[in-house]
Amino acid sequence: MESRFRVLFLIVAMISLSGCAATKNLFGFGSREAAPPTAEPPGQVIDPEVERREVKEPAIDREDFEFGAFVGVMGIEDFGSDLSYGLRLAYHITEGFFVETTAGYSRAGKTSFEILSGGAELISDSERDFYYYNLNVGYNILPGEVFLGEGRAYNTSLYLIAGLGSTTFAGDDRFTVNFGAGYRFLLTDSVALHLDFRDHLFDIDLLGEEKTAHNLEGHLGVTVFF
Amino acid sequence: MSEHSITTIPSTPQPTKSVWFGFVAAVVLQVFLTAPLFAADDELRTVTVADPYLELHTGPGRGYPVFHVVDRGESVDIVMQRTDWYKVRTNRGREGWVDREQMELTLQPDGQRVSFERATIEDFTNARWETGILAGDFGGANIISLYGSYSLNPNVSVELWGSQILGNFSNGWMASANVVHEAWPEWRVSPFFTLGAGYIHTEPKSTIIQGEDRDDQIGHVGVGFRIYATRRFLLRAEYKSYVVFTSRDENEEVEEWKVGFAFFF
Repeated sequence: MESRFRVLFLIVAMISLSGCAATKNLFGFGSREAAPPTAEPPGQVIDPEVERREVKEPAIDREDFEFGAFVGVMGIEDFGSDLSYGLRLAYHITEGFFVETTAGYSRAGKTSFEILSGGAELISDSERDFYYYNLNVGYNILPGEVFLGEGRAYNTSLYLIAGLGSTTFAGDDRFTVNFGAGYRFLLTDSVALHLDFRDHLFDIDLLGEEKTAHNLEGHLGVTVFF
Repeated sequence: MSEHSITTIPSTPQPTKSVWFGFVAAVVLQVFLTAPLFAADDELRTVTVADPYLELHTGPGRGYPVFHVVDRGESVDIVMQRTDWYKVRTNRGREGWVDREQMELTLQPDGQRVSFERATIEDFTNARWETGILAGDFGGANIISLYGSYSLNPNVSVELWGSQILGNFSNGWMASANVVHEAWPEWRVSPFFTLGAGYIHTEPKSTIIQGEDRDDQIGHVGVGFRIYATRRFLLRAEYKSYVVFTSRDENEEVEEWKVGFAFFF
């Protein structure tokens, strides 16, 4: 009985070694052996030398990513308006949809209370730094062309974006929702100018009761596709 | 073709995707101006028009008008691709955008139909790497997460997560590693089960309470779906139940719901 198992085991082991030519042919898995070379037909003198052209296709340059920088003005609710700037990275999924991440910086000024009271500070100097990042989804809602004079045409697109992220301001990280619209003006097919308007919303309770602050930002940017 | 603009760096041929960014900070406005430096790309893919004609649009989108037509038998160079559109250049130097459907009717130099690599639902099942962003609710707080995943086989993958938690009473961040099992990875809507462990850092909000920052270990189980959308793009939704191993007498339990999107490659 035991020896029978041993034989069975050996057969299984043999099958599993399917790399072995002998087993392959035994079970008919192997490729058919080449037929023995037949004698050259006496009439054939010219050996046809057909060479298959090995064509290695060069890769196509994909330009779905867009990277750039922007500068503008940000109005921080209750804290006045100031210069803002940042970076943006976008990936175009289809001709309509894209995803985008932006990171920016601005600096809060003084509230009217702080100015009128003359000296009383609501937040410290370092807490006036306003950092944000956002992850957005965008849609090119109005693609089109503009014409400059007779001989020049540029592709443009009006797009909408919405997304979420975080803002570090007044001593806390704040969950931020942002939405807006932008205008993309393609100088060439790889370089674009942007004009964007966005609203960054977050909850803040710095001035007594909690409220939703609207922080409007307008900026101009340059991006490069790659 | 080798263009020599001011910004071109004459050099040995480089891979086509060699783009440099030079940031020049404008003194007053602190503007960053980006200038791409393209290596001379003298090798472009050439295809021959086999369909009666090839329509060139002025831009990479369905709405852009057709301004030029290339006849059958003529060849064009493919300059670049954006989403499903190809920018081509004719022998006479005209450039325009052609959609994928028409490009797939052209012929390669060896006479074969052109086929462009395109991610399919099979890649969704078999791709090794995946990265995505999810957002949702973590025990009443908002959570934003970024993850990277590596598939050991179509059914099992390992993931690393980094999350930022933004609540009304406290903020924090969390890092975790988990194993994901998909029973039917070939389905368009593929359910998964996950198990993991990690680390959470919590800091109470400054305006509410003067509490102490805390660092705790966490363990979690979860279920969810990966949903194939298009190209290399997928949607993901999941529920996870966390146990926070606090230093106090009782452990804390937190429920999390998240949705988001991801890419596989």
